[in-house]
Amino acid sequence: MSDLFWIFVSAAVVTNFVLVYFLGLCPVIGVTNKSVTGLRLGLATTFVMVLASLAAWVLNRFVLANAPYLRVIAFIVAIASIVQIVELFIRKTSPGLYRELGIFLPLIASNSQVLGLTIFQTNRGYSLPEGLMFALGGGLGITAVLAIVGSVRERLEFAPIPAVARGPALVFLIVAALSLVFMGFAGMGTA
Amino acid sequence: MSLVVKETSTPATAGGVLTRGLWHQNPVLVQTLGLCSALAVTNAVANSLAMGLATTFVLVSSSIIVSAMRKFIAHEIRITTYILIIATFLAVADMLLEATVPDVHKAMGPYIALIVTNCIVLGRQEAFASRQPVGLSVLDALGNGMGFTIALLLMGIPRELLGNGTLLGVHVMPGSFEPWVVMMLPPGGFFMIGILLLIANWHDLRKVARERARAAVSVAAPVPARTARKPEAAVV
Repeated sequence: MSDLFWIFVSAAVVTNFVLVYFLGLCPVIGVTNKSVTGLRLGLATTFVMVLASLAAWVLNRFVLANAPYLRVIAFIVAIASIVQIVELFIRKTSPGLYRELGIFLPLIASNSQVLGLTIFQTNRGYSLPEGLMFALGGGLGITAVLAIVGSVRERLEFAPIPAVARGPALVFLIVAALSLVFMGFAGMGTA
Repeated sequence: MSLVVKETSTPATAGGVLTRGLWHQNPVLVQTLGLCSALAVTNAVANSLAMGLATTFVLVSSSIIVSAMRKFIAHEIRITTYILIIATFLAVADMLLEATVPDVHKAMGPYIALIVTNCIVLGRQEAFASRQPVGLSVLDALGNGMGFTIALLLMGIPRELLGNGTLLGVHVMPGSFEPWVVMMLPPGGFFMIGILLLIANWHDLRKVARERARAAVSVAAPVPARTARKPEAAVV
């Protein structure tokens, strides 16, 4: 039990997917103009990650045992299919949410966080519950970072920023500071 | 970032196709694409170089196939097809690295597999290779791959130098130099790309200001036609 808890904590803060593993930086730059958007995309990504973790476990267990070199291809196809199914499902059940998520939903398929998750999970030999906790922790950690960067950028809208720092450059310096803060968690947990 | 890169008009010459990606449309520094791998592996020069070359290899090989098959790939399933082609060459690159430079392969860990989700690779297929003949596509892929490598080295060299006092593993800084360990850690990567983008912004702003000043001067006092400076080639 405590193992599962520490896997969750390390995936969420100690080895945060965005700040420590550098995964999924495009959404950090692209969709954090508002913290609410960041939050929603983060939750959608978390959902896909949990499903992808399950799929990767099934593939590893039953299909890929003798063909490790096919891993990346198999994972990427599985992730793309999951995103497609989730998209269809959300469109049928709640058109409102579907409109809100818009283009972000299909783009999760080309997101390195999800593929990274499946590969880390395979390399570390996680069992099914461990993998699911890893996915959940990682996803919530991403959500937190997207929301934090979003709220900082909301305040920046009204700040007098020199022209040279506008755009991604400043966002990266903010993320650098945030990453420095999260380094404070290093040494905790299993990572 | 959107996957579909905004394409300015294709340069007329093959040389233009090749050199465009190196600087004016550098995938990392100008288009801010492919950042995940750009940040993750650049804490040492050797890793940066290996990542740059592996990505270039995947990019060039998949461009050849995508360009050669561009008439046969149905529009609706093109992205999936590109990803499958890219993932195939990735498996080749992965095994090549493991066989030739096992240490570097180990240090780069899962980030080699993540070349598949590098927006530069998919972006060039969608924006260029799927519309142009094989020869031009190879040049374009080569230019962008080298541009990516250059950007990685621009990050890797200062990070290894300041963070470890070494260059390609050889000590170069004086003995009294206290390494800035933070440059090797994740925050150092974010700081480095932030600083590089600041420099790129500053360069752009200065260029715009200079062009504006020149335009103002030529309006105020038109130069005689004979000595008029040739208009500079439009910067893409």
